[in-house]
Amino acid sequence: MKQRLLFFFAFSLFCTQLPAQAAKELLQKVKAKYDKVNDYTATGKMKTNVIFIKAPIANIKVYYKKPDKLKIKNENGVSFIPKGSANVNMNNVLGLSNFEAVESGTEKVAGINCKVIKIFPLSDEENITRATLYIDEARLLMIKSVISTRENGTYELLMTYKKYAEWGLPDKVELSFNTRDYKLPKGVTIDYDNGTGKGQPRDTKNQKGKVEIDYSSYEINKGVPDSAFN
Amino acid sequence: MSDVIRVKDLSKHFGELKAVQQLSFSVGEGQVYGFLGQNGAGKSTTIRMLMTLIEPTGGEIEIFGMNLRKHRKEILRQTGAIIEKPDLYKYLTAKENVRIFSRLSGVKASEKQIMDQLSLVGLAGRADSKVKTYSQGMKQRLGLACALVHNPGLIILDEPTNGLDPQGIADMRQLILHLSRDLHKTLLVSSHLLSEMEMVADHMLIIHKGEKVVEGKVSELLDPEKTMVELLTPDINSAIAEFKSGPWQRHLKEPVKGTVRLECNRNEIPALNKYLVEKGIPVQSLRPLNSLEDYFLSLTKV
Amino acid sequence: MFIELLKIELYKIFKRPRTFIAFGAIAVIILLVQFALKVNGKDFVEFYTDSQADTFDIPFDKILNGYFVCVAVLHMILIHVPLLVALIAGDMISGEANLGTLRLLAGKPVTRTQLIMAKFWASTIYVILLLICMAFFALLGSMIIFGTEDLVVFKETDMHIMKSGDVIWRFFAAFVFAALALTTIAAMALMFSVFSENSLGPIVATVCVVIVFTIVQQLQVPVFEQTINPWSFTTHMLGWKGFFYVEKNAEGATIPGSIENPAALVRSGLILLGYIVLFLTISIRGFNKKDILS
Repeated sequence: MKQRLLFFFAFSLFCTQLPAQAAKELLQKVKAKYDKVNDYTATGKMKTNVIFIKAPIANIKVYYKKPDKLKIKNENGVSFIPKGSANVNMNNVLGLSNFEAVESGTEKVAGINCKVIKIFPLSDEENITRATLYIDEARLLMIKSVISTRENGTYELLMTYKKYAEWGLPDKVELSFNTRDYKLPKGVTIDYDNGTGKGQPRDTKNQKGKVEIDYSSYEINKGVPDSAFN
Repeated sequence: MSDVIRVKDLSKHFGELKAVQQLSFSVGEGQVYGFLGQNGAGKSTTIRMLMTLIEPTGGEIEIFGMNLRKHRKEILRQTGAIIEKPDLYKYLTAKENVRIFSRLSGVKASEKQIMDQLSLVGLAGRADSKVKTYSQGMKQRLGLACALVHNPGLIILDEPTNGLDPQGIADMRQLILHLSRDLHKTLLVSSHLLSEMEMVADHMLIIHKGEKVVEGKVSELLDPEKTMVELLTPDINSAIAEFKSGPWQRHLKEPVKGTVRLECNRNEIPALNKYLVEKGIPVQSLRPLNSLEDYFLSLTKV
Repeated sequence: MFIELLKIELYKIFKRPRTFIAFGAIAVIILLVQFALKVNGKDFVEFYTDSQADTFDIPFDKILNGYFVCVAVLHMILIHVPLLVALIAGDMISGEANLGTLRLLAGKPVTRTQLIMAKFWASTIYVILLLICMAFFALLGSMIIFGTEDLVVFKETDMHIMKSGDVIWRFFAAFVFAALALTTIAAMALMFSVFSENSLGPIVATVCVVIVFTIVQQLQVPVFEQTINPWSFTTHMLGWKGFFYVEKNAEGATIPGSIENPAALVRSGLILLGYIVLFLTISIRGFNKKDILS
């Protein structure tokens, strides 16, 4: 037991001292796995959980094409798709060319020990200002990422892998993001007062929104026309 | 002959205004009953009470032997009326108006029956014209067709000659006589054109300020033996003094608006004239009041 | 006899040119709104979604579908339809008095209660036909012009999305509720009509009452929100919108076929029914006691 503890301590120390180069190497390995996927068309269900949106579960299709094209479409209905959903595509982060990567230990995410790597793009032109990635080193999979963007705030992605883990494609993605206040001027909508909003002034400011995508199937590397991204 | 209408102690007050007071009369079957009075005398109010448009303040109304309040529907089913102006649906045709009023009276009049009614009032040729294109006289006749379409036993006509030209008045008179003599209807006819009533009514009632003044047969009320004679003279006081002291004393009546009135037989008028000349009383006119109109005025003017 | 009376009343209503003004006005307004939304629909949707444009991709083309346009049309015109209803119902008794036909009607072998009820039901049928006309132009027309998609309803503080297959029944229910609301207006106009001798008075009175209560409701100040608004018929007349407020489950997804607060809708419906009964009772009592002097 003592030996084990000693080993764990030494390993942790080693990890925290890991140079940036090692972090980049890990990222390269992960990217290499993701790079096996040139394109995919995925089908799934999207659940929107935003305080001011009441939406049904949507049947969606997700189109991806290397290097950074991604489109989520609700082909049979209306959905408000968060702009940050483009970050479901890990190549957005992994494809950065000029960045610094710093490893900051390990953390258990959804029961999985993950390596935490912080990324700081060095170019001012990148939309991403900072990203923290939680990587399952054993399987080379991104379990969680927290991405701060210049235009769309901070997004948090939590991914669960099953059937398509070998391609680095999740079966489930949970995307959390900051929402802005939604309030129309009084007298515009002339709402029917059914008593549901009475006495509870709801704060829509600084709230978190969440979108869950459950993928049912992927068609990988079978080609996706560019028109799918319009 | 049974009474079709029997009114007893009928009153209607609008606040302080006593529009009709303790009015009693009866209309016999088959009669043309003239209902006379000046404007505002209470004729229309009475007729509206007969048609259940106004709730009486007091009194009883029986029509066809039934209490009006209790048997309203049965009575109105057998009654046709024109009340004041014959206002109809202007945006409908004559035929449509007649059809609507027949159905409101519980009768589904056939096309032929509708046309028969319109023929009766001389409007068959304009059956499909909108009422807004009708003259007042045509509207009056159409109103009558609407009132008659369900073949009522009692017909109440409120001022039926109002607004009509002489030809229209003559036509209406003929129609009333036809309804009475040929179709044996009972008619209650109000009018202020009293000369017209004289020609059609066999009974009459005169009201003034809501109260009965006189009621009876026209022939009795207009007894030639009791003609009212009106003398117009610039020296009214001398004339009255002469009459009070002379042989015409018993004939003398109350003066009305600067005229002297005497009641006498028509054939006594020349003698009266001679007497006035002999007494040196200047005569501007000496006139028998022999129309209903004059009679009415003689009773109601103050 | 009542059916006969009702037929006569409907015959009279639909023989009057003014009746069709309302139908024409509705058709024109709807077509104008549809045209405007066809040309500038994106701006219209943007107005509602502007604050979220940075966070979400707004599917403008999909939002601007036939169902959305129909709700927008109903939102815009149902506030003004009471005027069209008042034009007919407010004229029901006073118009006859003004025309001089009331004394003919009341002198016929029908009870005054029957007359009022026939006029009330004729007004109700008119309201229903007006709504059918509205449904035809606003719903069917918009579906043809804009196509169908999921419906997005924007409220003051939230938005509700309904699947396209979960929408038609809501429109049907909303039209039924709107019929109840407009029948309340018809009953009120009829009530005013009983006590007036001219047509304009009841129409103006009805519209004024609706405007006053709508303003009181729109002020959204506590003194009115706690006293008048819970019982004001204008509050409950908006109940048709309640069919487009959908409920969501614990996970945030909407429940197909659900209504946010059905109990509130039932309550609103009952309150409107109560108003109808009240207005009719006053009308019947007033008309039975009325001396017809016109």
